[in-house]
Amino acid sequence: MTGPSAEQWRALFEPRGVVVAGASTHPGKFGFVALHNILRHDFPGAVFATNREGGDILGRRALATVDELPEGAVDLVFVCTPATANPELLKSCAAKGVRAAFVTSAGYGEAGDEGREAERALVELANELGMLLAGPNGQGVVSTPASLCAQIVAPYPPPGGIAIVSQSGNFVSSFQNYAVQTGVGVSRAVSAGNAAAVTVPDFLEYFSEDRETAVALAYVEGISDGRAFFERIRGVTRRKPLVLLKGGVTTGGQRAAASHTGALASDDRIFDGMCRQAGATRPATVEEAFEAAATFATQPLPRGPRVAVLTTAGGWGVVTADAVARAGLQLLRLPDDLRAAIDDKLPPRWSRNNPVDLAGAETRDTIPEVMELIASHDAVDALVYLGIGIQSNQARLMRTGPFYPDHGLERIVAYHERQDERFARAAADISDATRKPILTATELAVADPDNAGPRAVRATGRVCYASSNRAVTALAHLYRYARFRQRRGL
Amino acid sequence: MTRTGTRTLSEHESKRLLAGAGVPVLDEHVVDTPDDAVHAARSLGPDAPVVVKLCGEGVAHKTERGLVRLGVRGDDDVRAASQAVLDAATPDDGPVGVLVAPMVRGSRELIAGVVRDPQFGACVMVGIGGVLAEAIADVAFRLVPLERVDAEDMIDDLGAQALFGPVRGEPPVDRGALVDVMLALSRLAEGRPDVVSVDVNPLVVVEGRPVAVDGLVEVGG
Repeated sequence: MTGPSAEQWRALFEPRGVVVAGASTHPGKFGFVALHNILRHDFPGAVFATNREGGDILGRRALATVDELPEGAVDLVFVCTPATANPELLKSCAAKGVRAAFVTSAGYGEAGDEGREAERALVELANELGMLLAGPNGQGVVSTPASLCAQIVAPYPPPGGIAIVSQSGNFVSSFQNYAVQTGVGVSRAVSAGNAAAVTVPDFLEYFSEDRETAVALAYVEGISDGRAFFERIRGVTRRKPLVLLKGGVTTGGQRAAASHTGALASDDRIFDGMCRQAGATRPATVEEAFEAAATFATQPLPRGPRVAVLTTAGGWGVVTADAVARAGLQLLRLPDDLRAAIDDKLPPRWSRNNPVDLAGAETRDTIPEVMELIASHDAVDALVYLGIGIQSNQARLMRTGPFYPDHGLERIVAYHERQDERFARAAADISDATRKPILTATELAVADPDNAGPRAVRATGRVCYASSNRAVTALAHLYRYARFRQRRGL
Repeated sequence: MTRTGTRTLSEHESKRLLAGAGVPVLDEHVVDTPDDAVHAARSLGPDAPVVVKLCGEGVAHKTERGLVRLGVRGDDDVRAASQAVLDAATPDDGPVGVLVAPMVRGSRELIAGVVRDPQFGACVMVGIGGVLAEAIADVAFRLVPLERVDAEDMIDDLGAQALFGPVRGEPPVDRGALVDVMLALSRLAEGRPDVVSVDVNPLVVVEGRPVAVDGLVEVGG
């Protein structure tokens, strides 16, 4: 089985022009929304719409049929027409040089025997026409390098390195919402729909070779051929990290078991083992899936499991130490030379161990300096930094209160916010310089996303984790992938 | 305990198959009478404690039914234990014999096995074994064929890592030897498509090395 050709992939993800077939004048209909979203996000290529009755939609004249399209101007047709109209539509599109179709129409494999037969026929037709067929029954396709937002739902994510494919269109939206929230962007996003022709592994293989993509993120429910799926995702993870969220693992799997082994062989355990063997990262939840992908996209891989914690918030440091151990990482013992080096920077009330708790002993430059000391040390593979934004939180209280800007408040507010911005930049710069992951976490990332700390972390292009345990969970996923590669000499 | 179209081999046959595949098993004997059991026990060493079990294709749930006698020592006790398990046999058990095996000491019991998953095909399992294996459920699976590194990863996946270090005066588990068992099961599953499932439980850690003390192989019709 061969997947789509390079030219067909280009037609889907980098089309020169797009036509929305079955565009509607009613702003509540998919055919309207799809056109709206393409235009709304300034797709730079040619955009056409068809509507049997013609007329104007969003200020442009709709064509009565695709036969009116200029030759070779359009690579992608976004199909919002009823299933019965689609065979003729695809033939006409192919005649105009269209090489890819994204089909939103329902009434196919999800709709009984008749639908399955229509789906089979559509796949066969697309193959005959040399046309890539995505969907049917999907929500759409996003490609930020091409400024393409061809989907019947929001949002349009910022550009970035995460490529998304999902068997549930809803999760494409959810992952993109997280991209908007965290600022860690998306290269391609596609709802596989019924995946009648182009399947999830097809998309993943494309992502693994796509220069715009750093990490693949997939949601799957059913897998038709487990063995083939395993072999193909194993190829994907050779090249790039793959985060694989699986739904429906707890259903079924009941076996008539004559043995202990048989009784223990639940679908979930076997799927889990398959993922580990293939080097795929398997998150437990939707947000964990996104954060793992976002971390792969924005942090270097750790070379080992040894984690240091740098904190100005004592309790957070302690629970983070617990989380590190639980996640299968190691809380390193602070080496003597590193302890001595930090001693030179701080009065003696700091923790003198890992977590490195500054205990309020820091002055203007302490945090960037100590961070650099820790991250540069050979015994450290990764760093979790806690306590950013605390002073900016106080600054916000001052700025919004009745005493501002008098009594010296203006100056101290600016100082606190500048400091948190420095710390965020230091975490990114030192991580880049040492090629070690440095993850910054604070609940302010969600409690007050406009706080100078989280805002500045996002400005560096990295995630500001909403809690340290979430940062540690993401880091553990990176470590396991790094270990998988190391053990196999990759 | 057989499903349509499959049958389980007796413990002794199962272990011979496993031994042939490279899984360490004990030097054990299957005999027909209590007197032969006494000879078999003597052959394992003068006055060495032995295990006496009922053995046959239809025999399952041995422990629950009292068909396993541990630490039996001396001619009289071996004869009595053998007679007792033979007397406890029911017609459902089919043709039966007495299995006499050396008594091994090891406080750690692991489990290893093979299943054929409808979606992913043959898989090898390893985990914490013993009669509570299913309740503890600390196991890891991989798809056949396993590479050495996959088997090593599987051991790392298990929660009870402390069991693999030194425990109660016993040396650490020889991970390489355990990996060899898993690789042997992987080869068996690959080379014998008729093997539907394998259950090695307990895989007792004796002086750090895993030994299959019980085994059950299910083959297709």
